[in-house]
Amino acid sequence: MLGYQMLGLGVLSLVLGFVDHTTSWLDGSRSALTIALTPIVVMADLPSRSVRGIQGVFSSRKDLRRRINGLESELIFLRVKTEKMAALISENNRLRGLLGSAAKLQDNVLVAELIGVNPDPEEQEVVIDKGSEDSVFVGQPVLDSRGLVGQVVEVSPFSSRVLLISDERHSVPVQVLRSNLRFIAQGTGIGQQLELQYVNSTVDIKVGDQLLSSGLGNRFPVGYPVGVVDKVAFKPGKPFAEVLAKPNAQLDRSRHVLLVFTESRVSEETNTSPGKGDDRGG
Amino acid sequence: MIAVADNKTGGLVTIWIIIIAGMVLALVPMPQLVPIELGFLRPDWVAMVLVYWIIALPHRVGILTAWLAGIAMDVLLGSLIGQHALSYVLIAYVALSLYQRLRMFSVWQQSTVLFVLLGINQLVGFWIESVAGLADWRFWYLLPALSGAFLWPWVFLMLRSLRRWTGMT
Repeated sequence: MLGYQMLGLGVLSLVLGFVDHTTSWLDGSRSALTIALTPIVVMADLPSRSVRGIQGVFSSRKDLRRRINGLESELIFLRVKTEKMAALISENNRLRGLLGSAAKLQDNVLVAELIGVNPDPEEQEVVIDKGSEDSVFVGQPVLDSRGLVGQVVEVSPFSSRVLLISDERHSVPVQVLRSNLRFIAQGTGIGQQLELQYVNSTVDIKVGDQLLSSGLGNRFPVGYPVGVVDKVAFKPGKPFAEVLAKPNAQLDRSRHVLLVFTESRVSEETNTSPGKGDDRGG
Repeated sequence: MIAVADNKTGGLVTIWIIIIAGMVLALVPMPQLVPIELGFLRPDWVAMVLVYWIIALPHRVGILTAWLAGIAMDVLLGSLIGQHALSYVLIAYVALSLYQRLRMFSVWQQSTVLFVLLGINQLVGFWIESVAGLADWRFWYLLPALSGAFLWPWVFLMLRSLRRWTGMT
């Protein structure tokens, strides 16, 4: 009796695992179960949440005032920068129009808060508190205030799972800001580092080079900071150099992340661009 | 609290509350002060709680409970559905066939059996992940079994006093 029960449920688990691995049939039930189990995720987040709450209770009036002052001056500083940016963007788009290429679109963002971290140190994944109800989709790029964080890999109505760029299973196409060289940056698992793959021993890359997302692969938008090169080792006898980069985003520290929505108007713009190209020729 | 003893559903609620507490412990993020590598030592709390309930109440907690808890863990951790379910079903089966002997053992003898059970748990999980092409073998995959076996006496004594306090049989 016991043995049959074990066999039955064991085989059922194996079949479910196979189906889950090869198809997406179980995604609906997974997201339904995720909603049902959300209280457990919230409970697991309570300790760190309450530590922050207690810190808030015990921070003095003076500290808070200083923090508000700091934030206000930062806000003014950023506002000025944005005003300048608006002018630059319109100028940039005008110039792009002259060159006959599609105008760059402003990305919309949605702020999400971290509610969980995958407990396995090998799997660099976090859970955020926005889901398909907020029109989050699988493959959506995720940023924080400093750079690219990762992409959404699993969505349920009120939460979603984000794979960080430092995970071993994650690669992001990048471009070196200084030399425009294009590479693929793969995560290395533990240690919050990225490794550039297939770097020829002869290319121009230095410590301190800024890497931006190149937009190839149509997954991540162009031009977001990804990382800074912090080690370049050309090994004699090896075809490729070992290049490591440190992510710009604070992968282990940011509590708030931004979900990027890129409007899909790009295709229309591209359709009209040949006309503008003719202008240039004439 | 003694009234719970007569109430069968009351007992079931307590059993599941403890299993869910194990899930919460499995998910709690590490504080930022400790090195991240300490996460490799996190024992599989849910497996330990399941083994305790099977030894204590084999007529109420069985393979089906283990399977349900496993599916819940798969959803919570984002692993393949069935991965934790399969390993929990296997260790529940072994624990159910051994529970009479395990009850006779001293706590530290139970710990060694726990090491084997949790080791099976880790190996099955690794096996599924590697068949799906998601993992390479690392020696530290067995560390949770070691830490789990080491923590077993405390888990056992705590859960036993809790069970006696609520008067569950």
